[in-house]
Amino acid sequence: MSEKTLMAGNIAIAEGAILAGCQAYFGYPITPQNELLEHMSKRMPEEGRIFVQTESELSAINMVYGAAASGCRAMTSTSSPGFSLQQEGLSYMAGAQIPAVVVNVMRGGPGLGDIGGAQGDYFQATKGGGHGDYNLITLAPASVQEMMDLAMLAFALADKYRNPVILLPDGFLGQAVEPVTMRQPVTEFPDKPWAITGAVGRPKNIINSFAMDPADYRPRVELLRQKLMKIRQNEVRYEGIDLDDASLIMVAYGSAFRSAMTAMKMAREEGLKVGIFRPITLFPFPTKPLHDLSRKAKHFLVVELSFGQLIEDVRLSLGTGSQVDLVNQFGGVPISADEILAAIERIMK
Amino acid sequence: MAHTNDKELETVLYQRPESMEAHPFHFCPGCGHGTVFRLVAEVIDELKIRERAICVASIGCSVNSYEYFNFDGLESAHGRAPAVATAIKRCHPHLVPFTYQGDGDLAAIGTAEIVHACARGENITTIFVNNAIYGMTGGQMAPTTLAGMYSTSTTAGRKPSLAGYPIRVCEMLSTLEGTAYIARVAVHSPAAVRKAKQAIKLAFRTHLAGLGMSLVEVLSPCPTNWRVEPIKAMDWLEKNMLPYYPPGEYKVIEAVAALRKEVSHA
Amino acid sequence: MVTLTKPKSSYVVIDTERCKGCHLCIAFCPKKVLKPASRINRMGYTPAEVNEEKARDCTGCGVCAICARISPLPYIAPAGHKQVTPYPPALEAFSVGKNAYGRQYRHR
Repeated sequence: MSEKTLMAGNIAIAEGAILAGCQAYFGYPITPQNELLEHMSKRMPEEGRIFVQTESELSAINMVYGAAASGCRAMTSTSSPGFSLQQEGLSYMAGAQIPAVVVNVMRGGPGLGDIGGAQGDYFQATKGGGHGDYNLITLAPASVQEMMDLAMLAFALADKYRNPVILLPDGFLGQAVEPVTMRQPVTEFPDKPWAITGAVGRPKNIINSFAMDPADYRPRVELLRQKLMKIRQNEVRYEGIDLDDASLIMVAYGSAFRSAMTAMKMAREEGLKVGIFRPITLFPFPTKPLHDLSRKAKHFLVVELSFGQLIEDVRLSLGTGSQVDLVNQFGGVPISADEILAAIERIMK
Repeated sequence: MAHTNDKELETVLYQRPESMEAHPFHFCPGCGHGTVFRLVAEVIDELKIRERAICVASIGCSVNSYEYFNFDGLESAHGRAPAVATAIKRCHPHLVPFTYQGDGDLAAIGTAEIVHACARGENITTIFVNNAIYGMTGGQMAPTTLAGMYSTSTTAGRKPSLAGYPIRVCEMLSTLEGTAYIARVAVHSPAAVRKAKQAIKLAFRTHLAGLGMSLVEVLSPCPTNWRVEPIKAMDWLEKNMLPYYPPGEYKVIEAVAALRKEVSHA
Repeated sequence: MVTLTKPKSSYVVIDTERCKGCHLCIAFCPKKVLKPASRINRMGYTPAEVNEEKARDCTGCGVCAICARISPLPYIAPAGHKQVTPYPPALEAFSVGKNAYGRQYRHR
């Protein structure tokens, strides 16, 4: 099917999840992703699947844990304040090796913040976020089509690695309406012999992230460490635009990338050789591909909707030889192409 | 064991239930958990649901629950067990997930989860072990600690003006539609233990019949943190806890009352 | 003459190495068949054991079995002369000094 449908970002995630075989959705209302929850409340029963509006995000993430532990593809969606509440659950799921998809449609913060889009949860999503040693694969869509496609990829990666996966759009993308090509439903799903499905004709399964004796727990955490190494090696995804002759490369994801694209076109019209490097996986961060660019371009300009979180990973990847600047917005306000262009001009002229 | 075999004495009257592992308990001498685990395991054997049972363990002395039962189990974060069990039941209606929670897990950090599981009428069972103290962490005040009672965080005795009043969980939850069977029992004497088993069995039968939320609160001794010997702890429970937490059935919908006639023995 | 449905006399089998010495079974036995041992077991507790002089008084009423539910010792088997549960493997692990409860946690 290659018909195009006009769809809002939040809805595209929901439909992508359904196509990926999401069996259970648990969520709590919070702006700016309420449309996702409302859409699921209608569609999941239509598909014969499970929907529960929970009493809190705490409850939601723990329901995801229960459903996923029993072998179902399960997801929840929330925004930044709710994502903070879910860190405990995510740590438990990472420790117990439970696959799940968690959507955080980021909004202005900190605190209650506002309902505009932002990228202030980058650290929280990519550095683990909850307690203990773990990381979550973090996918950053930059278009409504990617909201659907990366939602489907999230379920596949979660099952592949038995790890939660974060889908990290922002509020602007959640509300954006763009044409989308509907994908084919997923029909094959991996076996889950570890799941708790009732001990019929097999020894019992236990799902936990605990051992009283540290000597017993360390081997389990070692497994997690090795898993993360595999993820870092195999799952990096990124996109480069007009990099070949660029002397200034912007680094951006999500809505900031969209503004940066416009600014890049404007800059090119002025004859400035500008390119964009877009990470699609924020974890694992495309460290090596970005590092390789440090030999090509002199200037790097990070565009993000936060005080400066992505820029730290960019600086780490590039090393000390590159000049890295920041043009940003925060507090729930979008960044305009004009602001970015002004920064480009400041650097290049 | 000096006694020799007599042919006529071949019958085993009592032994470890199949649903219980041959696994050393970490519990203290005289702890009520040993009893309650046994009762749950016996009920699951008698109802023949071992292969469908899912133990949703919680945080506290109950944390190792899944090690002691001979069926699938999982840990849950502190207080969240009812949410975890809800999801398992919704996704797999044929499974029998039950939560096994203490007073901190259920009545402190987990109040939202248990209230809403009851309000939604989730078809799960909760075994709530109330010993009026925090066991695993060394004896601090629990939401169910009695007024005037010693704990390591209320060393002068719990003062309601500062630390509030103990919560009566059964009374509170039974006001919620969606609950089908709410009962409070105790395990301080053989007769009480027999009644406790009946209540637990009826709770699981409620679950199997799909009638809504079932919860059994079990008043249980904690000799270590009450700082009394096991035998004295039984007296302490009878004297101090029963008056404030009266045993009894707090919610029995008609359909459950009909089931009750089929629950026969301890 | 009373027809007994139970055997005339029962016998209680206690896994004294598992007993944690709470002595609730001793307290609740109506025939006083049980008594504290005069030794301590491997875990350092004074276990309950059968008082051989009164052993024949055991009626198999099962109260200690109920009471066995009170103490965390699920291995009392009235009327069974054989040890009905095999010697717990966890205690073998204990004997090589791994930790106080043997190897308790399964790796997944």
